[in-house]
Amino acid sequence: MRTVIFRTAAPYLTSLMILFSVFVLLRGHNEPGGGFIGGLIAASAIAIYGIACGVAPVRRALYFHPMAISGFGLLLSALSGILSVFFGVPFLTGLWTTPHILGVELALSTVMVFDIGVYLVVVGSFTSIGLALEEREHG
Amino acid sequence: MADASQSLTLLSLFLPFLAAAVAPFLTRLFRHNAAWILAVAPAFIFVHFSGYLQAVAGGNAVSGGYAWIPALDANFSWYLDGLSLTFALLISGIGTLIVLYSGGYLKDHPHQGRFFSFILMFMGAMQGLVVSDSFLMLFVFWELTSITSFLLIGFDHAREASRRAALQALVVTGGGGLALLAGLVLIWHVTGISELSQLLASQDLLRASPFYMGALLLVLGGAFTKSAQFPFHFWLPNAMEAPTPVSAYLHSATMVKAGVYLLMRLNPVMGGTAAWETILPIFGGTTLIVGTLLAVRKTDLKQMLAYTTVASLGLLVMLTGLGSDKAVEAAVLYLVAHSLFKGALFMVAGTVDHETGTRDITELGGLRRAMPITFAAALLSALSMGGVTPFFGFLAKEEIYAALGFAGGWNSIFTIVALVGNGLMFAIGFAVALIPFLGGRVETPKHAHEGPVLLWLGPVVLSVTALVAALASNASHHYISTPMASAVAGSEIHVHIGVVPHLGLPFALSVVTMALGVGAFLFLARGRAAMVWLLDAIGWGPDRGFDQAMRGLLRISSHVTRIVQCGRMEVYMTVTFVILALAIFVPMTVYGEWPAVPELPVLPFYEWTVLAIAVIGLAAVVYAQDRLTAIVSLGIQGSAVALLFMLLGAPDLSFTQFMVETLSVVILALAMTRLRLTPSDHRPTGEMLLDASIAGACGLGLALLLLRITQMPFDSTLSDFFDEYAYVIAHGRNIVNVIIVDFRGLDTLGEIAVVMVAGLAILALIRVRAPKPAATHAKQPAPKKELVEG
Repeated sequence: MRTVIFRTAAPYLTSLMILFSVFVLLRGHNEPGGGFIGGLIAASAIAIYGIACGVAPVRRALYFHPMAISGFGLLLSALSGILSVFFGVPFLTGLWTTPHILGVELALSTVMVFDIGVYLVVVGSFTSIGLALEEREHG
Repeated sequence: MADASQSLTLLSLFLPFLAAAVAPFLTRLFRHNAAWILAVAPAFIFVHFSGYLQAVAGGNAVSGGYAWIPALDANFSWYLDGLSLTFALLISGIGTLIVLYSGGYLKDHPHQGRFFSFILMFMGAMQGLVVSDSFLMLFVFWELTSITSFLLIGFDHAREASRRAALQALVVTGGGGLALLAGLVLIWHVTGISELSQLLASQDLLRASPFYMGALLLVLGGAFTKSAQFPFHFWLPNAMEAPTPVSAYLHSATMVKAGVYLLMRLNPVMGGTAAWETILPIFGGTTLIVGTLLAVRKTDLKQMLAYTTVASLGLLVMLTGLGSDKAVEAAVLYLVAHSLFKGALFMVAGTVDHETGTRDITELGGLRRAMPITFAAALLSALSMGGVTPFFGFLAKEEIYAALGFAGGWNSIFTIVALVGNGLMFAIGFAVALIPFLGGRVETPKHAHEGPVLLWLGPVVLSVTALVAALASNASHHYISTPMASAVAGSEIHVHIGVVPHLGLPFALSVVTMALGVGAFLFLARGRAAMVWLLDAIGWGPDRGFDQAMRGLLRISSHVTRIVQCGRMEVYMTVTFVILALAIFVPMTVYGEWPAVPELPVLPFYEWTVLAIAVIGLAAVVYAQDRLTAIVSLGIQGSAVALLFMLLGAPDLSFTQFMVETLSVVILALAMTRLRLTPSDHRPTGEMLLDASIAGACGLGLALLLLRITQMPFDSTLSDFFDEYAYVIAHGRNIVNVIIVDFRGLDTLGEIAVVMVAGLAILALIRVRAPKPAATHAKQPAPKKELVEG
């Protein structure tokens, strides 16, 4: 599978896919998409990079252990729910704020943070499985 | 004012746990002298609860608490009447002395800080148990005492005997705790009451219920195991493996009395029935006799005391069961007296052990000059235990005989039981207090001398308290005995007994007891030989039975495991899919829910094309010669289905399906190449046919099921709701996403937790350097399943 074409194209493909996955994640609330699908796309992107260039560069590029990314995602999701404590509403109630930054109205919400957590859990878990399997393959 | 006292009580309930948290640090700083600081916690609690004596003696119960989970009607509430207050004072008062004693006893022990921590945690649990008002709290603290007791018995965890004793105590008392839980739930269910104070006010509600017998047996299951009633008594003597402060505190003065506490607590609402007045005295009486007889056999000071504790608990249960006013008074007095003298005697035994290096009674003697203070404390306690005036034990024994002696009828059996039991306990008590100290000096492993103040303070305070409480009997009855007896009886009782003996039947029985005791003391060695012979002749006891039961349990479970988990992937898969097929077809057949034959739909040509691709993909899976081709073909089929979703207007679903297909092809391919499998499939034809038919049945079943479901009228309540409110409430137009992250956010949180845990598990499986490749099998189905769930 490690053809020259694949190896050359893989980094561009991967970065495009990851960019796309973030796009899918953020548009999820109003258009098809969301954390889950975004996470799967990013996991595929990383898998492509791993198959093309080997596991070690992927691990270097990720910097954190994929399982740690997953754990952070779960923590983030849980924390986004706990924020509701300070507003006296039940756990995981969506809280919204729409600040104007540089003249643009931005809709920020705990729901979005929750979805980012989902994204990270999915990316982290699947990447760590994929990488572990590939590692055994070549190692 | 009420608020301040309320918060102080709450603080008192948590203080032992706080002290437990800081104990290791303090011990690192001050070594054994940390005991002086840590003892402030129980002392504070003692002082705080003493403040309630006046109110409780006036006949008022102090209650308070906070709403914990109002939605479930669970409160963090306490109830202090004469009974719980006395217990609370005993626990905190003796607890103070025990903490000090532990400071001396475990001086320079490498884990002394841990020990302080454990024993303070236990104190908190026990404190909570006796003041709890709500059933929930009562149960939680009850189990907490079992767990902390486990930690304390197994404190010396390097020794096998310790570990076994700890496990045994946990299994027996924890098992009893489960029975208690069932009993409490039953009581709650029958009466609708979840607080003890309300239950006590409910009069005959529980007794009149048809479930009374069940509730009684379950509660007794909890109480009898905790209070070591025959035949569950065996864990208590084994628990003597624990360091002596534990034996003195948990296994004589406090924890083992939790069962008695429970019985006394429930006496007003469960007592007085024929069942209560039969079961309790019989079990209690048997325990009394068995305990004293077994005590005679032992030569180890702690073992002797442990068996007399078993016997005393039997006596308490017997008296509680008899239930007359006099019996209740006797139980109350004896309970207090026992906590004082037994706690002191255990500490004395520990001091002797600590200073001489042995606690075998046949290897000790003549210590009176070397350890005068310890000897004095031992003697005072033994006098109280033997029921000699003017000690508190005397008051108790007079009341016991007053309760039994005049009862007549078949209660005279219990009088004889009490006579024999008390006589033997008298003998054992003096054996423990006299034999090590009197007679000629015997060489001991360590050169004996008086222990430090930390070691003798506890026994001295307790034994002197027993003397003072008896001499000032008016005050102690006013503040302690009368309110406690009234609480146990459920009606007002006044205790009057004083230290001056009055000639009469009780006094005559007392004299007989002492005569019996002196006789038994003189013939103790011969009695011991006889008991050893007798027990050897029987050869079996509940202790050995416990081992047999545990071994049997292990054998059964390993049998079951071997059957359920044979370790062969084929069998797991076959069983799983056969059950799946049955689960689909059996209900369909039984309820006649077969789908109608569907009409052939009119589809545009491109939809037919996609369908055809899916079918071709499936056919390729079946006909593929090697595994890799099969996996990729499966991906073709999946992608075709994803395309269909897209065409039918479900972009989210389609999106996910595409990614899942891609990733599962990648992961399956990677996993497959890791398994040392032949590239193609070489199953014999017979097996192939069987597998094919199972697979076909599952596929057909699912197809029929889906057909049937789509033929049902569509209930659009939920879709309409989400359609209408997704944007209004949750500010999102993508309904699927809004459901996932907002409406059903908690579900998603659970699911991503599952994804992560599954990921961790798979990672661990891959990392295992398994000698057998079979270990990696489990990783295949997991990823796909989790994905589809989300």
